[in-house]
Amino acid sequence: MTTMPQIRPDDRPLLIAFGFTLVILVIGTGYTLSTTGTMPLLQPSYLMQQLQIGSFLGICAAGMMLVILTGHIDLSIPWTLTSAAMVATSVGGPWAIPAGLSVGLCVGLVNGFGVSVLRVPSMIFTLGLDTVLRGLMVARTGGFAPQDTATPAMLYLAKAKLLGVPVALFVWIAVSLVVTFLLTRTTFGRALYATGTKERAAWLSGIRTRAVVTGAFLGSALCAALAGVLLAGYSAKAYQGMGNSYLLPAIAAVVLGGTHILGGRGRYAGTFLGVVLIVLLNSILSIMQMPEAFRQIIYGAVIIGMLLIYGRGTRVSE
Amino acid sequence: MTRWIAQNRGFAAALVLFAALYFSYHLMHPRGFSTAVLVQNANELVAIGFVAMAQTVPVLLGGLDLSVGAVMTLAACVASWLLDGTPAQIALGMIATLAVGAGFGLMNGLIVVYGRLQPIIATLATGAIAIGLALLIRPNPGGNVDGDLNWALTNSVYDFAETYGFARGGDAAWLQPFVNIPVPLILLFGTACLVWLPFKRTVTGRTIYAIGSAEGAAYASGLPIDRARIAAFTLAGFFAACGGLYLAIQTSTGNADVVQAGAYTLNSIAAVVLGGTALLGGTGGVIASILGAMILRAVSFYFRILDIDPLLQPLIEGIVLLTAVSAVAFRTFGVKNQLELFR
Repeated sequence: MTTMPQIRPDDRPLLIAFGFTLVILVIGTGYTLSTTGTMPLLQPSYLMQQLQIGSFLGICAAGMMLVILTGHIDLSIPWTLTSAAMVATSVGGPWAIPAGLSVGLCVGLVNGFGVSVLRVPSMIFTLGLDTVLRGLMVARTGGFAPQDTATPAMLYLAKAKLLGVPVALFVWIAVSLVVTFLLTRTTFGRALYATGTKERAAWLSGIRTRAVVTGAFLGSALCAALAGVLLAGYSAKAYQGMGNSYLLPAIAAVVLGGTHILGGRGRYAGTFLGVVLIVLLNSILSIMQMPEAFRQIIYGAVIIGMLLIYGRGTRVSE
Repeated sequence: MTRWIAQNRGFAAALVLFAALYFSYHLMHPRGFSTAVLVQNANELVAIGFVAMAQTVPVLLGGLDLSVGAVMTLAACVASWLLDGTPAQIALGMIATLAVGAGFGLMNGLIVVYGRLQPIIATLATGAIAIGLALLIRPNPGGNVDGDLNWALTNSVYDFAETYGFARGGDAAWLQPFVNIPVPLILLFGTACLVWLPFKRTVTGRTIYAIGSAEGAAYASGLPIDRARIAAFTLAGFFAACGGLYLAIQTSTGNADVVQAGAYTLNSIAAVVLGGTALLGGTGGVIASILGAMILRAVSFYFRILDIDPLLQPLIEGIVLLTAVSAVAFRTFGVKNQLELFR
């Protein structure tokens, strides 16, 4: 980052998000010291446990970031995640995880087709596909949690520890490395940024923008499916609505990490920090036993406040 | 006439679709073409209709308001405390409810304009705040709404006149042509005609359309773009509060339901698109979105008379929505110059 001074403004959100994460830790530790005299937030085991829970959100956010970079949005994450989990648990055996991921593959291809070829606004197409997936799962399971349980491989990925570190955290890190590599070292990554900045210009300069957008949706759906498989392993089974609480936090994490919601700008490190920030904020609000009402208000106020600090957009676009 | 159709193709298509859906619904319904069915359907339409109206105004700017469902919930929770007592108290309560919604919308507008944030992400955050406030006001579902008001506003004009004893209890000759019209429909279209249509003709209203078409050009022409943006979000808050107010009157309760708020927000976007308003802004209108909401509701009415397995309903709803939005998009295959597809 020091070699490319022209992307300095992109570092600001990263620094602010990092600073805010520290502030949260200090406030939380101060609170626990004053009430119980302990500092659970600074214990590695507690942090590991929080990050293990956060890894599901982190994987969703990594995929969401690919889509947001192209200037689109993927609202089908909740039921892609749930469908993948349900399919994986019902297939079972060695094919459970591939079956779950193939759900993501299909969803991503359909989303990509609808958005890039049919040119339906992504906001409404992914929403429609989310409803269809919900309908399929409700029709299949009868609206109840399916009885199938997660396979040992899924349990291992979500719950086990390797060298004292949760395996889920390794999966998140692996996804992060893949996304970072894609974004910074491949033509696909450069094409994502170009398409998000100005699709028309990208197309005229020979980028196959349809394939690029489809690729982004594919990445997002695969990440959501992976998160679904892991989450089913973590709770030992799949259940209705298990993905509902991942959509808005994933968008928030991407945006808090400095990615522009209209596409074309943003770095993966920011998204990673955004997820850490949201996970820590949530865990501190739980420690404080904050009622749901104040949680929602604080959550909203933090997002608005941080975005205001990040620096404001232009007064008039174009 | 042909020219009007050519200029309002989305609206005309939605109108035909709704007319076909709703007419055949009445044909198949055992008690079709009766006031009772009409009143029931109208009641189910109002809340989503108002929220769709609310969503339309920011969409015309080229933005989105993800807080409309939450503001509607907040307004319903406020209303559930205030709509009881003397007529004057009830009237004040209604005004206070609408003021809460409009005030929240105003806050959205100020954040978007002076904070220069993207509307979609700013309203995502303020939506969480609205739900938090609603939970503070109504930690548990409940409420106390005047019974007469509930009866009068959720039935036909005749029942309204009878409840409040005007026009000789609904029997006056001049009222007879109107007695079978459901009051909720009058409220919905009345608000649209009295608030939106005059507003649309003001400079601020035209500026909303101008911003959606070409923001740079609107700015360069000296149009009041900041004022128009703030007005659009305030109006969205006001319409959402109308929906919340009606929901509270209809159900006599306020319920700070996060899932329901999210569902209303997402359905409002679907209704706006089905009505023919472009998500990119600049074309469409509030009346069209009411029509979009009517189509959404008409589809769900069919489940009752066709005896479809309830487990299949979400699937059919989703397929209808996806087909409707994709059908519009098939024109992309006829585009000669591919460059027109990209922006």
